[in-house]
Amino acid sequence: MAATGTTSGRQDTAAPEGKAPAIELRGVSKAFGPVQANKDISIRVMPGTIHGIIGENGAGKSTLMSILYGFYKADAGEIFINGQKTDIPDSQAAIRAGIGMVFQHFKLVQNFTVLENVILGAEDGALLRPSLAKARRVLKELAKEYGLDVDPDEVIEELSVGHQQRVEILKALYRHADILILDEPTGVLTPDEADHLFRILRGLKEQGKTIILITHKLREIMEITDTVSVMRRGEMTATVKTAETDPEQLAELMVGRKVLLNVPKGPANPGRVILEVENLRVVDEDKVERVKGISFTIREGEIFGIAGVAGNGQSELLAVLGGIMPATGSIRLNGKDLDLTGRHSDGQSRRARGIAHVPEDRQHLGMIMDFTAWENMAFGYHNDPAYQKNALLMNNAAILEDSQGKMERFDVRPPIPTLAAKNFSGGNQQKIILAREIERNPDLLLVGQPTRGVDIGAIEFIHKRIVELRDAGKAVLLVSVELAEIMSLSDRIAVMFDGRIMGERMPEDTDERALGLLMAGVGGEGA
Amino acid sequence: MTQLPRWADVVLVPLISLLLAGAISAIVIWAIGESPWQALKTMVDGAVGSAYGWGYTLYYATSFIFTGLAVTVAFHASLFNIGGEGQAQLGGLGVALVCLALPWPHWTLALPAAMIGGALFGAAWAAIPAYLQARRGSHIVITTIMFNYIAAALIIYMLVSVLKPVGQMDPATARFPAGTHLPTLHEIPGFNLIFTKQVPANVSLFVALFACWLIWILLWRTRLGYEIRAFGRSEPAAKYAGISPFRVTMYAMLISGALAGLMSINNVMGESGRLVQNSAEGAGFIGIAVALMGRNHPIGVFLAAILFGFLYQGGAELGLWTSIPIELRTVVQGLVILFTGALDHMVRMFLGQFFRPRPLGVA
Repeated sequence: MAATGTTSGRQDTAAPEGKAPAIELRGVSKAFGPVQANKDISIRVMPGTIHGIIGENGAGKSTLMSILYGFYKADAGEIFINGQKTDIPDSQAAIRAGIGMVFQHFKLVQNFTVLENVILGAEDGALLRPSLAKARRVLKELAKEYGLDVDPDEVIEELSVGHQQRVEILKALYRHADILILDEPTGVLTPDEADHLFRILRGLKEQGKTIILITHKLREIMEITDTVSVMRRGEMTATVKTAETDPEQLAELMVGRKVLLNVPKGPANPGRVILEVENLRVVDEDKVERVKGISFTIREGEIFGIAGVAGNGQSELLAVLGGIMPATGSIRLNGKDLDLTGRHSDGQSRRARGIAHVPEDRQHLGMIMDFTAWENMAFGYHNDPAYQKNALLMNNAAILEDSQGKMERFDVRPPIPTLAAKNFSGGNQQKIILAREIERNPDLLLVGQPTRGVDIGAIEFIHKRIVELRDAGKAVLLVSVELAEIMSLSDRIAVMFDGRIMGERMPEDTDERALGLLMAGVGGEGA
Repeated sequence: MTQLPRWADVVLVPLISLLLAGAISAIVIWAIGESPWQALKTMVDGAVGSAYGWGYTLYYATSFIFTGLAVTVAFHASLFNIGGEGQAQLGGLGVALVCLALPWPHWTLALPAAMIGGALFGAAWAAIPAYLQARRGSHIVITTIMFNYIAAALIIYMLVSVLKPVGQMDPATARFPAGTHLPTLHEIPGFNLIFTKQVPANVSLFVALFACWLIWILLWRTRLGYEIRAFGRSEPAAKYAGISPFRVTMYAMLISGALAGLMSINNVMGESGRLVQNSAEGAGFIGIAVALMGRNHPIGVFLAAILFGFLYQGGAELGLWTSIPIELRTVVQGLVILFTGALDHMVRMFLGQFFRPRPLGVA
């Protein structure tokens, strides 16, 4: 990555409205051993604005927010809240200073009610009843004021993800937060839920709250923020008014070079049918029917994208095709039936039939984090005769050499096969898995969430490789919760909702809003 | 948690844990009015100060290597085999049946046969909990513990009602034929120059060392070892890769049980020359500590087994030569297990402050 100059540099202008910034950081630095996670960061967040912080994974966004919320102590630098120099030694101090945090992974007690969760840790005394009564009153007011409608007596596990997030926001507001930090808030939401969240955030802003939004999604930054700060490798490379920038410029600032946001791909040349799925039903271990009779086909030279909110049966579909779960119905690959329940329904048999699988959850399924990169390159293919020395022993040297080549061809950084998988960044872990699966030259590639938690630079590379495989005449089944990814990669799109395919669309004949409706189970010809 | 460099993880952490255990032991000895220094000197002199002492230390270590390896193999498959004790006792039964079956002409013939007998019986005893875990989801920790008691009861029944020669007073088998006697280190040409007195350590020691090497090959050079390690670290990932959880669970436990059973060539065949009650004498449990301390690596298991051999023999010497009660041996062992096993993370967290991670691969 070439170091490029920043276009606008660090803004150090005085507060335009003459008000003190809600948050001001001056020269904040934080190092973990030799790694400088935050380098001399200065930023001003004006009250009553929505301030976006954008950057790749590992750019230092989370570290910075952790300093602000009292999880880490900065090595150097000062924090000013509303013009007052403030020390934040722990999160209690952050809450006292009026800072509230909504984490990416909610910190809610699943079997408590909304009310109980809201007062957890903020009880007024040993007896709960007065606290609960007070909280009920406050929640009612907050709901009215900000459109944060949640039934206070509902148990958390009964709530949708979007509602759970509202509870997190309510928790912060109940603690009198004036400054709200949201960490990747839309990662788990449908487009509709995200829209609703944005309406809430705008309402909060109008009431004078200050909001910091951490995200890697350029679209959200453009849609809702007033000001955006870009971080790269621990440094704040730019702070610009959102109205005065565009996604391309922000992407360039994040990565340090020009990035293609859309995959350049020619028209598809679908050939003969590779995969035929008919009336597929999947029942999970809890006897819940996850996939309720779906049918589709994929041809060679075609990327078939499945959109949908996580948990609507896509994972189970991938699991069945990958040989992890049993199913009923029929699947034919190259005209021959796949075993769905018997001895040949395991992952080894699937690989032997020419199915490669890049799983959704790369850290828990796709690789063994404690294994080295080269051991992971053999994962699932460890019975390959090329990897054996003789009937008894594996040929570790051969795997190592093979891995070295694959890592170089897939630009895995660093290209050191003896390094443990957990020491690679998310994007590079994903490249290791892609190298392993794509270089097997499969007839059918299953890809789940190929770019989840992956940096923009690596996303571009991964998308290119998937398109290349399609152009080589292979079939690709793509499952992603990122609509933009589905839209730009797929040659044909199906939307799954509640275990069914709600409909198939061609990407050129549809848009995100139409797909979003199908994702929410509205309309569609399926059922 | 901070990841330590390999050398710190392998050398520094156990060393500091040991020193801590030693320090607390010293306080305990001091508290009962004895001299910690004198106690340490007695233990060192008795266990490693002479070839004679080594002959005992290595004898105990041989057993601990087998049981330590047994725990190690299962542990790599994420199976906590607490049943080494019972599997070793059943292995003893296998060894005894083989040794008593024929008038063996020479130990070179008897040993391989006894090894097969011990390994088969140990493996069979592990197979039942393994199957229950793999097919029925019965937790292996619970079942293997219970199988220890069943094994003890079974052995007593076998000794009292089936194998005890008529007219013998104690519940034990008859003496094994002379042809099954394994040469001790004193009886092996060359070694007798060092071990000038009769010692219990015998050729089983070399079998144990060979087993260390074989298990290393198994875990890091074979497909089965690869599958065991992958399955142990992530069962969902193993299923993704098409690794059969049933197969791996069964194989890992069968190998584990066989190793525990093999221990009996050392104590039953090598040392006592007959099968008695409670033949394993807790070695199956010590194996857990040995594997923990040895970081589930054969080399670590070997070193930890020597250490525990030292503690066993040194502790016995304490009871012999000082007024420190022999029970203190148990206290010291307990402290070593506590610090090297259970409190190991404490040392690690402390050391972690000195070794900060260096993330790689920023793409």
